[in-house]
Amino acid sequence: MTLDIQSPYHAWRKLKNIAMSVLSLVCAVAVVAPLALILFYLLKEGAGSVDWRFFTQLPKPVGEAGGGMANAIVGTLTLLALASLIGVPVGVLGGVYLSEYGAERVNWWIRFGADVLNGVPSIVWGIVAYALVVVPMKGFSAYAGGVALGFMMIPLIIRTTEEVLLLVPNGYREAALALGISRWKIIVHIVMKTALRGIVTGVLLAGARIAGETAPLLFTAFGNRFWTHHLKDPIAALPLQIFSYAISPYDDWHRQAWAGALVLILIIFLINVGVRALTRGRLFGAPR
Amino acid sequence: MAETLVATPGGFAGVRLAQPSRFGDHFFQWLTLGMGLSVGVLIMLVGVTLWRGAAPAVHRFGPQFLASSTWDPVQEVFGALPFIYGTLVSSLIGLVIAVPLSVGSAVFLTELAPMRLRQPIVSVIEMLAAVPSVVFGLWGIFVLVPWLRVHVFPVLQHVLGFLPLFQGPNYGVSMLSAGIIIAIMILPIITSVSREILRSVPDLQREAAYGLGATRWEVTRIAVLSYAKRGLFGAVVLGLGRALGETMAVTMLIGNRPEISASLLAPGYTLASVIANEFSEATSDLYMSALFEIGLVLFGVTILTNVLAQLLIASTAGPKASRAVQ
Repeated sequence: MTLDIQSPYHAWRKLKNIAMSVLSLVCAVAVVAPLALILFYLLKEGAGSVDWRFFTQLPKPVGEAGGGMANAIVGTLTLLALASLIGVPVGVLGGVYLSEYGAERVNWWIRFGADVLNGVPSIVWGIVAYALVVVPMKGFSAYAGGVALGFMMIPLIIRTTEEVLLLVPNGYREAALALGISRWKIIVHIVMKTALRGIVTGVLLAGARIAGETAPLLFTAFGNRFWTHHLKDPIAALPLQIFSYAISPYDDWHRQAWAGALVLILIIFLINVGVRALTRGRLFGAPR
Repeated sequence: MAETLVATPGGFAGVRLAQPSRFGDHFFQWLTLGMGLSVGVLIMLVGVTLWRGAAPAVHRFGPQFLASSTWDPVQEVFGALPFIYGTLVSSLIGLVIAVPLSVGSAVFLTELAPMRLRQPIVSVIEMLAAVPSVVFGLWGIFVLVPWLRVHVFPVLQHVLGFLPLFQGPNYGVSMLSAGIIIAIMILPIITSVSREILRSVPDLQREAAYGLGATRWEVTRIAVLSYAKRGLFGAVVLGLGRALGETMAVTMLIGNRPEISASLLAPGYTLASVIANEFSEATSDLYMSALFEIGLVLFGVTILTNVLAQLLIASTAGPKASRAVQ
């Protein structure tokens, strides 16, 4: 039997192969293009308004040009710190259980639950924090925003912590056990210490992920045009400020919104790129 | 650990170490177990909180809540149908646009792209996944919507205007605009998960197809895509779950009008955006409760889609693939 590679059918197959290859390339370009477009417009519209005042001043009232988002930047950092108080201990210790103790079946359920929790819409966390914190405390507060974001951090950190702890060689644990050290001390002082860089990376990535959340803060942290002096009061946050400026009718506020978005995205990208660069190629590297 | 020498009744020959206290170990193990189980506690907490908040509205309106399209805070009559409709339609538009592009680029990344290009493209996709929703919304309001209104929608109306889908006035903010921004936002997750799924297809599959003389596209179609069908479906369902719950960008682009319109160019409203817009302004208890019930519907639907997605993905590619994008 001879293979006729000149046959029209063969040519058709080759043509189809090329067409499909080109098509998949076009798809890849289409997936990457939006990021380029968004970054281009952020720089074009926002870069002009990011200056020293943007980082040091409060928002100005309508009609007055200038002003900044200093309170929103500090607010976002405050909310991240509050969220970490909930998310980090629960998430890290949960990850320890998965990697160090868990029975296969319990682990499956915890992982499954964490992945499902990851898919809960962020606005739902806002409602939950509203019912649990805002209603009993009779007012919007930084605490409420921190609780909403903290809940969102838990499943993220559980999964990354488990992954980096599993990278610690078993020989470390066995050597320590042979010395007669109790298990929890081995975990805290040897396993977690060895994987510390990875754990921190996971926490930072979770922070970067929730730093841009707006929906859970709408009716918890609520936003504030001034400095927040007590955590029981409403607090500003960068994403909230961007949202309220973007839907406002004033050109000057639109400019500020672009500037705020540029700063927010730079913070998030810097954390992402930074931790990846820091941990590239190391044994206890960035979880992914 | 206290190491104490113990004199046994038999004399000093029987020197042994006292049992170290197990308290620390037990405590730590239970502590970490508790933290791990917090995941389940949280799911129940969300469910119970929403249910308790929604109870007055559930009692007042019953199943009619899901079927009625009246949303009148003044008369205190609430029906969620326009929001359910808007959520489903905008998410479906998003999927229709995003799925072919995502699967196509996942194929490009696993089967075609030169090795050197793969990691940079994956990094770019991860960066797109890290862009906050509100930034998509901002870009959508000031760049995407004006462009669609001036350049795309008139063409659609001209060419496909005979379909009811593309009739009516062109405001720019619309179901279609929201669907397009949803598509952009779910591209990264569907692409990354699909890529993990395709990577999990054994090379033997491909080699066998090549051995039969298949072209590269034929290998992809016969040996890779059909092998990974189930997992790819899981990736799509995962994307659907994200699309259903997408809040900020959609709120900024969909126009926020609680009406069911046949036209995709008309404004709509979604479950998530009505909560975002009206929750802090809800004046009466019943109004608030109706919004809780909307949250409950949203939570229920996204939990179901996520459970389905995780099961589908885990059954093809192992547990790691589902979280290719966090």
